[in-house]
Amino acid sequence: MTTVEDKKELIKEVLDAYPEKAAKRRGKHLNVYEEGKSDCGVKSNIKSVPGVMTTRGCAYAGAKGVVWGPVKDMIHLSHGPVGCGYYSWSGRRNYYIGTTGVDTFGTMQFTSDFQERDIVFGGDKKLAKLIDELEVLFPLSKGTTIESECPIGLIGDDIEAVARKKQKEYNKPVVPVRCEGFRGVSQSLGHHIANDTVRDWVLPKADEYRQTPEGYEPGPYDVNIIGDYNIGGDAWPSRRLLEAIGLRVICQFSGDGTFNEVVMTPLAKLNLIHCYRSMNYICRHMEEKYGIPWLEYNFFGPTQIAESLRKIAAQFDETIQAKAEQVIAEHQAQMDAIVERFRPRLEGKTVMLMVGGLRPRHVIPAFKDLGMKVIGTGYEFGHGDDYKRTADYAEDGTLIYDDISGHEFEEFAKKLNPDLIAAGIKEKYVFQKMALPFRQMHSWDYSGPYHGYEGFAVFARDMDLAINNPTWGLINTPWQAA
Amino acid sequence: MTENADITPTTPDVPNTENAGKIQDHFDLFHTDEYQDLFEYKRQFEGAHSPEEVARIAEWTKTWDYREKNFDREALTINPAKACQPLGSLFVASGFEGTLPYSHGSQGCVAYFRTHLTRNYKEPFQAVSSSMTEDAAVFGGLKNMIDGLANAYTLYKPKMIALCTTCMAEVIGDDLGAFIQNARNEGSIPKDYPVPYAHTPSFVGSHITGYDNMLKGILECLTAGKKQETTNGKLNFNLGFDPYIGNIRELKRILNLFGIDYTILSDNSDTFDSPNTGEFQMYNGLTTLEDAADSINAEGSFFFQKYTTPKTQAYIAKEWGQTTYNLRPFGIRGTDEFLMKLSAITGKPIPKELEAERGRAVDALTDSQAWLHGKRVALYGDPDHVMTLLTFLLEVGAEPVHIVVTNSNDEFEIEAKNLLESSPYGKNATVWGKKDLWHLRSLMFTEPVDLLIGNSYGKYLWRDTNTPLVRIGYPIFDRHHLHRYPTLGYQGALNMLNWVVNTILDELDRNTIIPAKTDISFDLIR
Repeated sequence: MTTVEDKKELIKEVLDAYPEKAAKRRGKHLNVYEEGKSDCGVKSNIKSVPGVMTTRGCAYAGAKGVVWGPVKDMIHLSHGPVGCGYYSWSGRRNYYIGTTGVDTFGTMQFTSDFQERDIVFGGDKKLAKLIDELEVLFPLSKGTTIESECPIGLIGDDIEAVARKKQKEYNKPVVPVRCEGFRGVSQSLGHHIANDTVRDWVLPKADEYRQTPEGYEPGPYDVNIIGDYNIGGDAWPSRRLLEAIGLRVICQFSGDGTFNEVVMTPLAKLNLIHCYRSMNYICRHMEEKYGIPWLEYNFFGPTQIAESLRKIAAQFDETIQAKAEQVIAEHQAQMDAIVERFRPRLEGKTVMLMVGGLRPRHVIPAFKDLGMKVIGTGYEFGHGDDYKRTADYAEDGTLIYDDISGHEFEEFAKKLNPDLIAAGIKEKYVFQKMALPFRQMHSWDYSGPYHGYEGFAVFARDMDLAINNPTWGLINTPWQAA
Repeated sequence: MTENADITPTTPDVPNTENAGKIQDHFDLFHTDEYQDLFEYKRQFEGAHSPEEVARIAEWTKTWDYREKNFDREALTINPAKACQPLGSLFVASGFEGTLPYSHGSQGCVAYFRTHLTRNYKEPFQAVSSSMTEDAAVFGGLKNMIDGLANAYTLYKPKMIALCTTCMAEVIGDDLGAFIQNARNEGSIPKDYPVPYAHTPSFVGSHITGYDNMLKGILECLTAGKKQETTNGKLNFNLGFDPYIGNIRELKRILNLFGIDYTILSDNSDTFDSPNTGEFQMYNGLTTLEDAADSINAEGSFFFQKYTTPKTQAYIAKEWGQTTYNLRPFGIRGTDEFLMKLSAITGKPIPKELEAERGRAVDALTDSQAWLHGKRVALYGDPDHVMTLLTFLLEVGAEPVHIVVTNSNDEFEIEAKNLLESSPYGKNATVWGKKDLWHLRSLMFTEPVDLLIGNSYGKYLWRDTNTPLVRIGYPIFDRHHLHRYPTLGYQGALNMLNWVVNTILDELDRNTIIPAKTDISFDLIR
């Protein structure tokens, strides 16, 4: 199963199981990357096929679960019935420092717990009252975001009016986020909607809300970290690297971030974006509005870290560039030691990836640093521009799958028989039942960080322990015919 | 830390080549000076409150004043101990043979249900949705259903598709019965193919309501026209939304010892605990469609969770004309009652083996009673789950104090109060219906307890109030394999005892471990 043709044949086989209409639709999402092409040749960011097991979530998951949720000193209200807030409660490991319930609220669940009467009579009054109650019980909160769930948009509630009124009353931000789950086709629109609320409800009042540090003067080296959600602490090694090369990070959006950091963002000289998919919208807006340029970077694995540090440093003066070289050099021995230790154990191992909107391409080089080869990759909710960017990372013959279904993933895995599958929790145990080693690439399988130099060491260790653990060898009974 | 000389052994300096051996992940890395400095530096941009102010408010949240304000809440729910209906629907559907749970509405919900169940069981959970989007919100989800049923049927080859709704479909008023008929007419599924359905709006009740609605839908669908003149001599058993698959297996063991012929209504013990054979099996529900269809002809039906399945139970009693029983075979007396009832109904003696097991379990309880007696306990969970815990706690002389049930109902509260009043150990207890875990936090600060029993979300209460947590309930995300053990029957009583008493003993060690300070009581024998 090596050539492009073989894999195209495999795609045809896998599509055979669908009814004709679904096969036609799904066929557009599957392809094989061919060297030299500027794109992966798949359709993306369109509706999932009903009744087919997609791994996608919804707009609420993107807005509350991903973008706004990690802003630690605000209260994020799951507005509607109880479920959405419950299922997304503490699920993403967005680490933060703070006293939960007092000045930070990341691992709490706030909901309006809609009952039938709220659906019938509308929930705006309840919402207004609820914000009063939040004010009493959590005086140190820096504001509230209201993430609406499906019913809100369907019953015609006016959460914007409530937000405006309460914002005035308490002189604290109240941000209405219209992220009903039926909007769009995946989490992706939720990211966009959340970005737009930053644009429309927060940044226009940034000067009013901002508390600058004592003696703060905007400087030439001020940057924002955008689109790092601090899963397992990822944003911290990233920040450390940027500080090490002489930059001043004035905001982390949104992992371990605060409302004040969000309103600091317009003061920066450069936006550094890790998760392009979920946060490019606000970067584009800031470029347009404040003239702040933005730059994508990748802190997975030493090769990309070095490349990214140089790319970032190139935006600044020689001092920074020299420091970047120094930082890269300083870590060389440590990285060599990691590679020396783990590469022999991982050399030639193959990986199939399927993650959200960034990692399906971003982690390919980190695997490569360990001598591993990604033979299949795809996004849950990527867009055309993500698949274009993937072309810079993927090798010839890589199987590409967009919004892959349970059936497709299982069949591809059976045929390609990778040494490791790296996807999400819903897939993890499916493949482990097939005796295939697996790592979660959303939550780092409760490990981490994976970003930065320290993160690569953890990443290498984890890939080794996933693949080279003796439990996989226990699955077949000794009395089964080999 | 001790003020005495530091007696912890130090690691000798290792040469650089070995340094790769000491990989620091999040458990260690962020406690190093470099990162502590980084956090400190970052604070200036955070607009953070002063540590004094944070400490002042933190203290205030522990007071009676805060408790009163907290209990004044009318609109706001914080950290509720309940989920929404479809979770229960998917859960119950997955216990039937070859069944694909299907949720009609937005697709994100199914991702959440699957994730939640998977995190608890560390098992795959397969379910699909209609993937309805904005156009469906305007025009209704009929087209999605027609395509969805056709695709799910063709691709995943289930024997049955159990259909429930998300709140989106409920608010726009999709008519499931008519839609399914339309899908049949369009040829999405065969004319006689079983698609039981239930309306499961998330703004009514909780996950247990969804369990009830879906179970009733499945039984109505499968038993239609199956009524015989005579009974099949079997008994039906339903465990409700019970996360312990060990309980299903324990129940079957007990029934087999009796020699009773039975049908488990929704047996998802293999769904959530299938063997690793190197092959992935999509369907592991153990209740065959044939047995489920024939359950209408049973002698009677047992329901272990009265407040989870009121509709199904009423339906079986009224429509099937069956005798239904509510028993909770948990703890010693609960199990006694159950075994005696089985014996009375079937005329079969209680197996000697079970009697011996009872003796062993009671022996264990007496061995440990000193550590449990008078211990003040806070607990929370679903109504029936809480009833079984109360029974067990009163049995060992522990004292339930704060009882929080977010998805409470009046009938349960009366039953719980009666149970508590029947025991001298229940006199300090209050049942807090419709309250949440943030209320419980106030209760535990103002009136402290020795022990908390709950699901993983209880760990925040453990951290804040320094009350040891025994994890019994759903979900349990941060401990492995507990769901495999029974809490039911005498064996279950033993397991619960093990979890509770050893948590207490672990805590004692934790509190007596500082050399020359607290280790006077660091006893070898307890």
